[in-house]
Amino acid sequence: MASAHSRMKCGEFRTNYQQDTTIFPTPLARRVAVLSVIFLLVAPSFLNPYFLNLGIQIGYYGIAALGLNIVVGFTGQISLGHAAFFGFGAFASAWLNNTTGIPVFFCIPLAGTMTMALGLIVGIPAGRIKGLYLAIATLASQYILEDFFSRADWFTGGAYGAMANPFSIFGFEFNNDQRYFYVVLFYVVIMFLFGTNLLRSRDGRAFVAVRDHYLSAEIMGINLTKYRILSFGISSFYAGIGGALFGHYLGFVSAEGFTIMLSIQFLGMVIIGGLGSVMGSLMGTAFMVLLPELMEAGVGLVGHNAPGLTHALAYIKEMSIGLAIILFLIFEPDGLAHRWKMIKAYWKLYPFSY
Amino acid sequence: MTEMPPLLNVSDISLSFGGVHALTDVSFDVRPGEIFSIIGPNGAGKTSMLNCISGRYQPNKGSITFKQKEMIGLRPNDRCNLGIGRTFQNLALFSHMTVLDNIMVGRHHLLKNNFLSGSLYWLGGARKEELTHRAEVEDIIDFLEIAHIRKSIAGTLSYGLRKRVELARAVALRPDLILLDEPMAGMNLEEKEDMARYIIDLNEEWGMTVVMIEHDMGVVMDISHRVMVLDFGRKIAGGLPDEVMANPQVRKAYLGEDDEPAPEPQPEGEVA
Repeated sequence: MASAHSRMKCGEFRTNYQQDTTIFPTPLARRVAVLSVIFLLVAPSFLNPYFLNLGIQIGYYGIAALGLNIVVGFTGQISLGHAAFFGFGAFASAWLNNTTGIPVFFCIPLAGTMTMALGLIVGIPAGRIKGLYLAIATLASQYILEDFFSRADWFTGGAYGAMANPFSIFGFEFNNDQRYFYVVLFYVVIMFLFGTNLLRSRDGRAFVAVRDHYLSAEIMGINLTKYRILSFGISSFYAGIGGALFGHYLGFVSAEGFTIMLSIQFLGMVIIGGLGSVMGSLMGTAFMVLLPELMEAGVGLVGHNAPGLTHALAYIKEMSIGLAIILFLIFEPDGLAHRWKMIKAYWKLYPFSY
Repeated sequence: MTEMPPLLNVSDISLSFGGVHALTDVSFDVRPGEIFSIIGPNGAGKTSMLNCISGRYQPNKGSITFKQKEMIGLRPNDRCNLGIGRTFQNLALFSHMTVLDNIMVGRHHLLKNNFLSGSLYWLGGARKEELTHRAEVEDIIDFLEIAHIRKSIAGTLSYGLRKRVELARAVALRPDLILLDEPMAGMNLEEKEDMARYIIDLNEEWGMTVVMIEHDMGVVMDISHRVMVLDFGRKIAGGLPDEVMANPQVRKAYLGEDDEPAPEPQPEGEVA
């Protein structure tokens, strides 16, 4: 019995710095994350297409939301033009595939890179202006790009939109929800690992430093202009990847989808999820995607008693999102990620509050 | 002491904001390996002087050379590569980061990984580099005795600890010249004693030259090798601590004209 006791651990013991810089704070958290990915790997075999569709939406919006969180949550800037980058990624990937014949497999990262280049250019004002002025500058880029989408026939197909071929590897087409789910899952895992890694290495710290105290960041050798613009570039890369996944999922990209409304929804996702939290981006996206569905289900339940509600469903969906953002700003400004931390702490510390 | 070229040479620096002359023709040398203190009443231009050295302000006139290299016109973020680090008078930590990350930001200019290799982390050697620097940062954490708070969020710490973290972050830059803006302001006696010891250790063991602004005359006189006094943006005295203390002009401007050297009476209403 004594031997069993001697093997028992009463806590986490880290004996080198590598163990202290892992993505997941404890082996348990790591196992839970791995298990949930495994669960998602088998999920398409038993989940119905409705849920798979929601999962795919959460995936591609989540990647773009992570990008927005890098610029808004981590670097402390504001961007009202994220939907335009998302759209640019979708068009770029479709365009590359249609005109050059490069397989979609390569077009998605290439579209991300093209969007990043665009983001670096559009981000140039960010090197000089801040706050409200930057918000207006990004708003301008949103409208300029929207206009570009509807006029650049060669690139976007103009008012007709662009066809996007399905994702395929060696002739195997990921042309239904069950198959495409894996593509999105792959990208979500990769992009969120990239994001996490970025934020625990040099440039990620520099972003947060610029956000928290730019004067002392400069003294620490951080080139403010460079990092402010770079954060726009990186955020656009994520938006581009998300957009490309969106385009190849729907098979058709049209300019109407990428309006200021979507930009604001992205902002809502990162605010609800938690500014400055990688996982929060995914949580916020899930919340924003699922909330209208929940509303629909709720209205469906009581609908036959109150037909007026059914007619108002579209408004109820929009209003619930607005209401959620307001409630979060008041009661949980740090977002779902913070709430999740609190819940974990509660279980750990129960019955004490600290 | 043999004549070594000064580490930092400031000559005829003038700085004005509109009609306000913050600094007028200030010149001084800082020799390698010394603790050099700048004292003076509030608004005398001490912090402005530090800001000129660290690049926050561009002086209107004059020259600043560090290691015989002209500093005027050099961007603030390039100066840490040459070996200048500083702390701030008002806390300037990255308040939502952990203490460890704060100090790791100090390694920014020594680290090579970028957003690409950083995102790949395991593949591009970024992890190895981060861990190597982490070990060096841990030395600093050890030295400044902040190991118990290394995972705390900087904004939640007490004032004295934050000051210490800020010092740690500046030390992490591995500067040859470290500029300390009131490192002991607002501290209790014990914290002041600790801080004085750290400054002496940095100077003697880590070989850093220290330029310090401080109001606590006791500390200044005890640990400085040389002192400069500013008043209304002008240098009114400079030299060994005892000489400066004995200077009648200094007594008038700063220390008050009492017979005994009062520790810290600060004249009011002298905002230049």
